[in-house]
Amino acid sequence: MEKRARFRSAWLPYLLLLPQLLVTVLFFFWPAVQALYQSVLLQDAFGMSTQFVWFDNFKMLFADETYLAAFKTTALFSSLVAVLGLSLSLLLAVFTDRVVRGSSIYKTMLIWPYAVSPVVVGVLWMFLLNPTLGIIAHGLRHFGIEWNNLLNGRHAMILIVLAAIWKQISYNFLFFLAGLQSIPRSLIEAAAIDGAGPWRRFFTIVFPLLTPTTFFLLVVNIVYAFFDTFAIVEATTQGGPGKDTEILVFKVFNDGFKGGDLGSAAAQSVILMTIVIVLTVLQFKYIEKKVQY
Amino acid sequence: MIERRPFLGMFSHFILILGVSLVAFPIYVAFVAATQTAEQSALAPMSLIPGDQLWINLQAVLGSGTSGNVASSPVGRMMWVSLVSALMIAVGKISISMLSAFALVYFRFPGRTLFFWMIFVTLMLPVEVRISPTYKVVSDLSMLNSYAGLTVPLIASATATFLFRQFFLTVPDELAEAARIDGAGPLRFFKDILWPLSRTNVIALFVIMFIYGWNQYLWPLLVSTEQNMYPIGVGIKRMIAGGDAAVEWNMVMATLLLAMLPPGLVVVIMQKWFVKGLVDSEK
Repeated sequence: MEKRARFRSAWLPYLLLLPQLLVTVLFFFWPAVQALYQSVLLQDAFGMSTQFVWFDNFKMLFADETYLAAFKTTALFSSLVAVLGLSLSLLLAVFTDRVVRGSSIYKTMLIWPYAVSPVVVGVLWMFLLNPTLGIIAHGLRHFGIEWNNLLNGRHAMILIVLAAIWKQISYNFLFFLAGLQSIPRSLIEAAAIDGAGPWRRFFTIVFPLLTPTTFFLLVVNIVYAFFDTFAIVEATTQGGPGKDTEILVFKVFNDGFKGGDLGSAAAQSVILMTIVIVLTVLQFKYIEKKVQY
Repeated sequence: MIERRPFLGMFSHFILILGVSLVAFPIYVAFVAATQTAEQSALAPMSLIPGDQLWINLQAVLGSGTSGNVASSPVGRMMWVSLVSALMIAVGKISISMLSAFALVYFRFPGRTLFFWMIFVTLMLPVEVRISPTYKVVSDLSMLNSYAGLTVPLIASATATFLFRQFFLTVPDELAEAARIDGAGPLRFFKDILWPLSRTNVIALFVIMFIYGWNQYLWPLLVSTEQNMYPIGVGIKRMIAGGDAAVEWNMVMATLLLAMLPPGLVVVIMQKWFVKGLVDSEK
């Protein structure tokens, strides 16, 4: 879409764009190029000399078992967060859409976790599930479960999944609710007149019409689980016990800043960038479809 | 409602109340812990009945910010750092993206498409994936431990630029034509017509960006190496760094409540704009 009415000036548009371009070049393009460049270099431990090594950093990564393990951990973590989080939010959104009285109260009560920062969420859940003090950990003991996320990798994974889902519920909920409210009432009423019950209507009409929203949220949740959960992992498990909860973003940070292995960290960044680009393209492709609908 | 089904209605409320309680439970526990003394909150299990220490704990952390053996700067100071950076990020993002969207929509000039794509691709580079080279740029510019270092690298936002671009495209052409006939230049048009029309979008975006800025963690973790420039997220993490024995959970939870308060209030009070901002910025 283009504007018919325009203003004319040889210099004003550049001046208007200048601040954004300056920040973009300085803090986006320059670092991204550096990451690309560094990913094909090998630096010795003291940073004294560097050597051009083509794709050796990448080859080393894919031969490295801890990296492949981090990939698997991330895949498990993000699918758990996406699937469980989306199901739970959809459930709540469907019932909020259904009730007449009190729906705005429920809505307010469900959206504010969005405001809580990931690190706070991490600290909060660590307190709840602290093996010695945590109130939930204590409750689990009554059911014969010896909760210890410091020793048990599976427990640590459950901890970060719970925290990540809790944080993301409000976002998913809002989008599902908006999606549900945009479904024409007449369709549902027609189905009701034809004798379809609520259950049947949900699976034959509502859920198929929600597909664009669901798909969009799926992508958003995967991106969220890949990147935004760094603070949750950093605050709770630090990738441990062992490397059982070491997700990719955390590994980049760990290898690059703590381990000082810049070449490997840069190569990992490049792989992550590729993943984001693929996901973003997917998301945009899908959004065009949503516009038709 | 399509049909009357009293049982299903009751069931809906039951599920929703259950859901709301599950969401609220962690915060309730944090609240209760913040009202207790250090000894009470170190009991296993702690009691779920609020104590009477809330004001004392809040005052203690606001003034001193120590938890057990781990010293940090007062929570009041950390909240100030968070507030200043959140405001700078929100205002910065909105101003630079509004100006660039204005240029992209209302002017035609050589390089326009190139600039558009340059801004567009930044959508695909979250700060997490380019963290170490960006850190290097900031430290080379000696912007560590400054508000500029905490905020400027985060304010270039393709999302906001797109939002404003989308919105400007829906503004009727006749308005710009009329303004031109009346002899108004581009800046006058921006100030007197476009800006007042964009006010709802600005507020909605402000809410989202304020929360985004307040909740930053990874970036300040690297850029703030001195205690007096810690935002609240980094500060909380430092408070629990001492291990089980050293942590005074009642103080940590009091800090946590303080950390949630400003963005929480923004969401609840400005709910309408918040929802609009969230939905719009994903288009």
